[in-house]
Parts: sequence; structure tokens; C-alpha cells
Amino acid sequence: MTKPRTLAQLKPGEQGEICCFKDDKLALKLLDMGCLPGTRVEMKFHAPLGDPICFSVDGYRLCLRKEEASSVSLVE
Amino acid sequence: MSKDRSLTIALIGNPNSGKTSLFNQLTGLHQKIGNFPGVTVDKKTGMMPVTGHPAAKIIDLPGTYSLYAKSKDEDVVTDVLINPAVKDSPDLLVVIVDVSNLKRNLLLFTQVKDLGYPTILVLNMGDLATRMGKGVDLQMLEKELGVQVLTINARTGDGISALKNTLLRSQTTNHQEFLDIREIVGEKVREQMNGHHLIRPYLALHSLLRRNAIDKDTAQSLEARETTLRYRKISKLVTDVEHNQPQKGLKIYTDRIDKILTHQIFGYIIFLGILFTIFQSIFAWATVPMNFIDHWIAQTSGWLGLVLPPGVFTDLLKDGIVPGVGGVVIFIPQIAILFAFIAILEESGYMARVVFLMDKIMRGVGLSGRSVVPLISGVACAIPAIMATRNIEHWKERLITIFVTPLISCSARLPVYTILIALVIPQRELLGIINLQGLVLLSLYLVGFFAAIGSAYLLKRIMHSSERSFLIMELPTYKMPRWKNVGIVILEKVKAFSFTAGKIIIAISIVLWVLSSYGPGEKIKHAEEYVRTTTSTLDLSKKEIDDRISSYKLEHSYAATLGHIIEPVIAPLGFNWKIGIALVTSFAAREVFVGTMATLYSIESSADNTTTIMSRMKDEKNPRTGKSFYTIPMGLSLMIFYAFAMQCMSTLAVVHRETKSWKWPFLQTIYMSGLAYLASFLVFRLFS
Repeated sequence: MTKPRTLAQLKPGEQGEICCFKDDKLALKLLDMGCLPGTRVEMKFHAPLGDPICFSVDGYRLCLRKEEASSVSLVE
Repeated sequence: MSKDRSLTIALIGNPNSGKTSLFNQLTGLHQKIGNFPGVTVDKKTGMMPVTGHPAAKIIDLPGTYSLYAKSKDEDVVTDVLINPAVKDSPDLLVVIVDVSNLKRNLLLFTQVKDLGYPTILVLNMGDLATRMGKGVDLQMLEKELGVQVLTINARTGDGISALKNTLLRSQTTNHQEFLDIREIVGEKVREQMNGHHLIRPYLALHSLLRRNAIDKDTAQSLEARETTLRYRKISKLVTDVEHNQPQKGLKIYTDRIDKILTHQIFGYIIFLGILFTIFQSIFAWATVPMNFIDHWIAQTSGWLGLVLPPGVFTDLLKDGIVPGVGGVVIFIPQIAILFAFIAILEESGYMARVVFLMDKIMRGVGLSGRSVVPLISGVACAIPAIMATRNIEHWKERLITIFVTPLISCSARLPVYTILIALVIPQRELLGIINLQGLVLLSLYLVGFFAAIGSAYLLKRIMHSSERSFLIMELPTYKMPRWKNVGIVILEKVKAFSFTAGKIIIAISIVLWVLSSYGPGEKIKHAEEYVRTTTSTLDLSKKEIDDRISSYKLEHSYAATLGHIIEPVIAPLGFNWKIGIALVTSFAAREVFVGTMATLYSIESSADNTTTIMSRMKDEKNPRTGKSFYTIPMGLSLMIFYAFAMQCMSTLAVVHRETKSWKWPFLQTIYMSGLAYLASFLVFRLFS
């Protein structure tokens, strides 16, 4: 079985639906920011060095470090 | 609330929700900077003047996304709301919500509301929301949430007077809870809550959490469950109250600008261009008012000498206090200009992009994207730079930034570099094109920059922090800066600097004045006599005699005694006791070096006639070798010393203010002076 994809693997313009969080601490912060399981997230662009990454969540722009983005897995 | 006490109102909201604009609208210039002891970030308070009432006190709390604080400044919010012992416990809460982002903003609102304070919800209808055609059914929202809902435009001021009236009248009772926390906490916590004699269950829960009465795992899963449930209810509510117009074209503006400003190449070019503009204006624009202030201080000082009867008090006033005040005032233009830029970048939304662009690079050395602005500002002056570290949420990263920023060569080092370079570095071209003197100057700036980066890396390695570093940051939409907000920021920073750092600078300049005006024994008293008899055969002007007198006085002052005492310590670096005096006097501020040297080499002290100072310094002979004392190794060693040493009382004062402890300024002094000593020693040995 392949590992579920994470937010960090989305390409610009690509959308995904949050499934679950791998890191409890980060999950709490992400929940505060409106990233809940079931929320649709679109990857907008990344910083020139590939990190951090900017996403569109509920109509606003959220920027996450790559490491943080890869702790969020997506619904297959 | 009793009638005789004035009303205290706290403003709460997400970052970028327009909270600061609202605070400025309500209080105008009636703001003061307050501190919470033990907490690192300031909350601001201001008075809202109202005719016919005692002025209401407004507290502007740091922006936060949730009552579950994830950083030090967010913790301030929770502390004010949960801790019953806190000073300024609010009577009324105003939660401001950005209507273009209703869902996420309402999370904080529903948490705050459930604490049970009288609460008012203010919808900030930005220009954006209006343009997007987002409509909200206010009556339905009021009914569903059980609080009064008002709309304002914090930028234009629409709806502010209606809000003010409501604030004074409002005794809004707030009984109905948005989420019944008792249903989700589970048996054990419910019992704990019941033992806690508070009417409000949600307040009881937060009190327990603050006292760490609930074990970590339970607390975490509880928080996750609560947030998820709140969002579920909010989502439903928002779908009901929001007439969602087709949202096409939404935020296209910001996306377009971002395409350019965060572009792989243009992004950095534009950032460098902005940096260059900031430097240019700090060095070019600020010199005009700075020269004016300098001149004005010298004039006042001279004028006081003429009008006041001669005596100790007059001397203290004209040579101690007035220049001391001048030393504070002279930094104001740079601080004002720098913060004007920072405020504009912040207000426009660009600052978040700087963080976005630089984060990866800075993280390698223990800093964060948010450290970039302070480090840049350090080239002008470490004082405003350290004040600009406030928006670094992560305490360790903020501390490292504060710690290394003074290593960046600030503008006060420039006069020292200039005179020493001119003195010891030959005017020669390298490879026919590179000016050797310019190269040395550039190297000094680079040495400072790399020392800062290196030290940051070192600190990253040795400092431990349980707080986790993350960058979960909203990129706000671009906005035109509000000039009123920019003006208020400038005023606030200038005020903070003048009153806090100012007091210490003035105190130190008085001490230094005493040290350099008095000395052991009778020599200083007879200075005039002595100089006059020894120079009677020479044909000197009155000016030259006066200069020799002041030089003679300084040579026999306590400052000189100190210079002689430290001479053995600094001899390995190639310095003599005269430089020792300069090191002692420039402990308060580096630029004093030039003035001290001028006095010591008895030349016109107020003149910027560097050629005279230099020719005198060149004449100084090394008693052992008989050659010029100011050799290349000695000059380089001294320059390196000034590049690294912590010689700025104002910086120490600001570090103390920002870290709320003497530990960090103390460690910083030890570290930087140690580094300076070691580097100078190595340079001196290497080049000798």
C-alpha cells in the first residue's frame, strides 16, 4: 500500500481534502487556523527555495513550512 | 461594575482583523505603552474620551487565533481573560472580526463569548468585503449568537461613533453559551470543573488548564475536540447568515501582486531594492535633522556657558546633561524613518512576504524569516532593530535575534571606522581598481554580519527551548497603508525610546562627565596654571591654550586613571592608555571615541576637522620602537574591537526592556566584549 499523500506533495493549483494530522501539537495550531479534517485546501505557490508553501484555505492564504505541510495527510 | 470606576474595555481579534486600526480610531493619540510584568510582549492601553462620561480605558490585546495560546503574545490574551488577579480585568469585551474571513474569525469569538463576559461582536467590513459583495444577515447573527452585532469600517471610521455609544450603554448580558463544554469534557474533567466554584464552565475549564490541573494528553485531545465541534457549528451558522455572492475574482488582486513579489528572481530583487531604499533614506534623509540636532545641542551648550554663572552646576548642565539629552534626541530621526518604513511594510501586508521569502535561509542558523527585518534595521541602529523583534512569536528565535543584532555594524561605528581607516590604511588601489580603504570598510561590515550569523548558529546549538518553532502564518491581502496608523507607530516607538532608553543614557553621560571632569589629587585644579606656565614661551592662540587645558584635565581625570588601570589588559591588543580612556568613555556610546580622541590630542573638540586629529594621532610615537604608534596591526585591531564590542548603553537598556531581565544584557556584554578582545588580539598578532 502506498503512503497517503500529504499537503506538501500538492502541486500549484492542485486541491486536496484534509484527512488527518500526523503531529498532535501542530494539529492543534492548524485546527485553530481552520484546517479541519474534510477542509479542501488548494496549493497556491511556494517560496523560491521550495519552502515555505502558500495554500488557500477557506478563502484566505495560509503559509506553512514544508515540514508542517507534510504532517497533514490527504484523503485519497 | 461600580459607577465610580471607569469602564475597561478589551479589544480582541485575529491578526489582520483590523484590531489596531479600531484601537487607533477609538483612542486616537491617547495611548500609552504598558507592560505586563513577566510577560514579554506589551499590551497597549489607551483612553477613549467621551463627553459627559469618565473616559473609558481601552486595552488592545495582541492578535490571536484562539484562546489556546501557542505563543508568548497570545498568552497575554488568555492571561487577561482567565487570570482573575490580573490588573485591568475588563468589564466588556469587543471582538473584532474580519467579515471576509468570517468562519475562521468566529472561532475566537465563540471561545471568548463562552467565558461569560459581556461581549460585543464587531464586524469589520473591509473595503474588500464590500467589493466582494459579501452580505451578512446581522439580525440572524445576533439572534444565533445572543450578542449585539455592529458593523464598522475600521479603516475609514464608518460606524465608529455608533460603536462608541453602544460601548457606553452596553450592559449586555451574555448567558447563552455557544458550545456546552460540559458535554464534551468527559467525566473526570467535569468533576474537576464542578469542584471549581465558577458559574461559567468554560472559564472554569480554562482556569484548570492554566494551572496545569489537567494532564497534557487529556488537555490536547479535549482542545482538538472542542475546536472541531466549534468549527462544525460555526460552519453551519455561516452558511445560514452569509448571502454568498459568487466569489469569482476573489482576491485576484493579491494573487497577482504575489506572482511578482514572491517570484523566484523578482521577489528577491524587489526585496533588495526595498532594503536599499531603506538604507539610503536612513543614511541620507536622517543626516539632515541629525546635523541640525547636533548643531542645536552644541549651541545650547555654548549658550548656557555664556548666560549661566560659571560653576560646577553649569558645567554639569552644559557638558553632562545637555549633551546627554542630545545623545538621545539625535537617534530620533533614524528611529522615526526606520519605523515609518516598517509600519508601511507591515500595514501593506508585504512584511509577511518577506518572512515567506527569507524563512528557509534564516532557519539554517537558528533564526526565522521574522528575524530579517531586525537584522536589517541593525545597520542603522540596534535600538529600533531590537524593538522590531516583537513580532517574532518564537521566544528562542526572538532572543537569538536580539542577542546577535548588535553585532551588525550600526551607524555609530561609522565615524570610528572612518577615522581609523584614514589613519592607518594606505590610500592605494588593489589590482588597479579596488580601493583599499573602501575594501577595509566593506570588510568590517561583512565581519559584523558574519559574526551575527555565526553567533546565531552557536546559540541555536546551545540554547534549549521546549517551545516548538513553526511557521503557520496567514498571508494577508495587500492593502494601502493607513497613514494615521503609520504616524501612530512612529510616535509610539519614538516615545518608548526617548523615555526608556533616554533615562539611562542621560544617567550614564552624567557619570562619564564626572569621571572625566574630576581627578585624584590637585592636578585638575591647577590645570590652567600649569598649562599657562609651560606654554608661556610658545605663541599660542587662546583657543589652542584652552584645548591644551582640557586635554591636560582629561589626562589627569578619573577616566584617565581608569585608562591607566586597564592599560595592562589592553596592551596585548596593541592599545595604550589613551585608547583606554576612549574605551572607557565610549562604553556609553561608540561615537564618543572620536570626541575623546579629539580632546586627548588637544585639538578643536567640536570640529569635524579629521585631518587635524589624524596628524596629531600620527605623531604619537611608540616609546619602544620609536615609530608611529598607529600602525596597521594596531589600527585593524582597534577597528575589530569596535566592530564587536558591546559599547552602547542604549542598546543594553533596550535589551533589558525587551527581555524584561538583566541577564541578557549582561550576557551580551560579556559575550561581545570577549569576542572583541579575542578577535583584536588575533588580528594584532597576525598582522604584527
